[in-house]
Amino acid sequence: MEFNFTPENLERINTEIKKYPKKQAAVMAALYIAQEQNGYITNEIMSKIAEILDMHPHDVLSVVTFYTMYFQKPMGKYHIQVCTNVSCMLRGAYEIWNQLREKLQIENLEVTSDGKFSLEEVECMGSCGTAPMFAINEDFYENLTKEKVEEIINSLN
Amino acid sequence: MIKIVLPDIENLHQLDVYKENGGYTAVKKALTQSPDDIIDQVKRSGLRGRGGAAFSTGLKWSFMPKTTDKPKYLCVNGDESEPGSFKDRQIFEYNPHQLIEGILISCYAIGAKTCYIYIRGEYHKWIRLMQKAIDDAYAAGLVGEAMKTTFSTDFHCDIYIHKGAGAYICGEESSLMNSLEGKRGYPRIKPPFPAQNGLWGCPTTINNVETITNIPPIINNGWDWFASIGEPKHPGTILFGVSGHVNKPGVYELPSGTLLTEIIYKYAGGVPGDKKILCVIPGGSSMPPLRGDKLEGVKMDAESLKAAGSAIGTGGIIVMDEDTDLVKVLARIAHFYHHESCGQCTPCREGTGWLEKILKRIIAGKGSVNDLDLLITVANQIEGNTICALGEAAAWPVKFMVERFRDYFEKRVNKEINLEVANKVHSMRHSAITVEEIQH
Repeated sequence: MEFNFTPENLERINTEIKKYPKKQAAVMAALYIAQEQNGYITNEIMSKIAEILDMHPHDVLSVVTFYTMYFQKPMGKYHIQVCTNVSCMLRGAYEIWNQLREKLQIENLEVTSDGKFSLEEVECMGSCGTAPMFAINEDFYENLTKEKVEEIINSLN
Repeated sequence: MIKIVLPDIENLHQLDVYKENGGYTAVKKALTQSPDDIIDQVKRSGLRGRGGAAFSTGLKWSFMPKTTDKPKYLCVNGDESEPGSFKDRQIFEYNPHQLIEGILISCYAIGAKTCYIYIRGEYHKWIRLMQKAIDDAYAAGLVGEAMKTTFSTDFHCDIYIHKGAGAYICGEESSLMNSLEGKRGYPRIKPPFPAQNGLWGCPTTINNVETITNIPPIINNGWDWFASIGEPKHPGTILFGVSGHVNKPGVYELPSGTLLTEIIYKYAGGVPGDKKILCVIPGGSSMPPLRGDKLEGVKMDAESLKAAGSAIGTGGIIVMDEDTDLVKVLARIAHFYHHESCGQCTPCREGTGWLEKILKRIIAGKGSVNDLDLLITVANQIEGNTICALGEAAAWPVKFMVERFRDYFEKRVNKEINLEVANKVHSMRHSAITVEEIQH
């Protein structure tokens, strides 16, 4: 299945390219834009980006697999990223993690059958002073308690 | 209390408020002086990098070649992925224009016309806030071509944000450059150093966000003013991020050399339930941990911490109370470095995995005293045998924690520690406090 960027997204990639002396530097931004449009990164997307940025598709793949924020399979509408690193752990992050696993009945990097939620155990997100925390898509939720977690998840539709 | 990086001024993130409080006067002043003068002032101020290595900023700048046909670059490192470190996001949120002004002065000093701010991908909100500040500065003619007329100068400089995508290693400077070039974030072998061969083979300087934010006040108030704050060998204020078992976690800007106990008890409100402290990691998870009974008199600056057997790192202080299960903490740290090892060097790629496996074995109750020696052996074989410092970052916490808490670890493998109490460390004993209560 061929993949094409929307004209607006193509324009955004062009703006990114202009920031750098070499086109390849825009690959991370292009992948973000593609993921936003498609939900996850496919081989067709990588070929397309390679074509736009004069790269080999393998080099695009090597970037996709190196960084944790690009997905090669669909994730949930709400992608929940729970930090369990030291500072969060000391303040009960694993309780939140287990609470979510039980509530959503999924494990790390799995998606609920209705495609609504996915769960990921992530490394330090820089919220150590407001631990424990999770991020849903792009938003941080900090100073969590079990009650707050319940409330936040139930409020999402 | 003196505050340089995060002053208590409301709405300082707005351009007009920043300008009302003397913003963008330092860059104006700097542009009337020679670049060498600026480098000299920063050298004399004694400013040392706030990203972990505490290297002299002025000296780093002086490594940039004076005559070259190639373009020069400044990279501002906002990857901030060190567990326990959460200071740079405060700058993006509360004082972005001082960072921009610092970038302009730094670029002028080293002769760079382009600056990339590398911000970790998870910081979506802070990237938006920083981009807004940059856009405002462009619109006001303070950055880019327009600054030539605004400041009546020949110099101009562009600032771009590069968004990371979730890789701790990209906070390492050579890895950051590879990532910026659109490659896997593999660290490069040094030499050549970035000042000779950096981004796209051009001379490049990489500085931490907090370091650059210190520059405008140094230019405005003079190097001697800055040099007189805190410890003479590591002057200025430092953003200390306190987390873990304290009543008031948060970022506190304090003069270097402030007592660690003062930070924990006076500013961060002490330990919940007045428990004793078992262990403190003073500079982010990569730094050697200190015993709770050896904190008296430890000052928070590079030289004092070195003498105390640790390092300042990013100033991220993680406090653990007496009921903490150190083996679980160490296993979590080991897991982190195993996960984040880029895989280039065998000692790190394999060694970090073994450290994690051995620690998990101890958690499972199948460990022996021999495992403690094995941990140290593996850590020693990683340290010094890798391209970048992630090797040391992975080895140090394991090596020093096992060595310094040998009594604890021996009791733990001999099952003499009441795990019923220790396991509670992972429960929510602490009432969460509201964001408003957290001092920034």
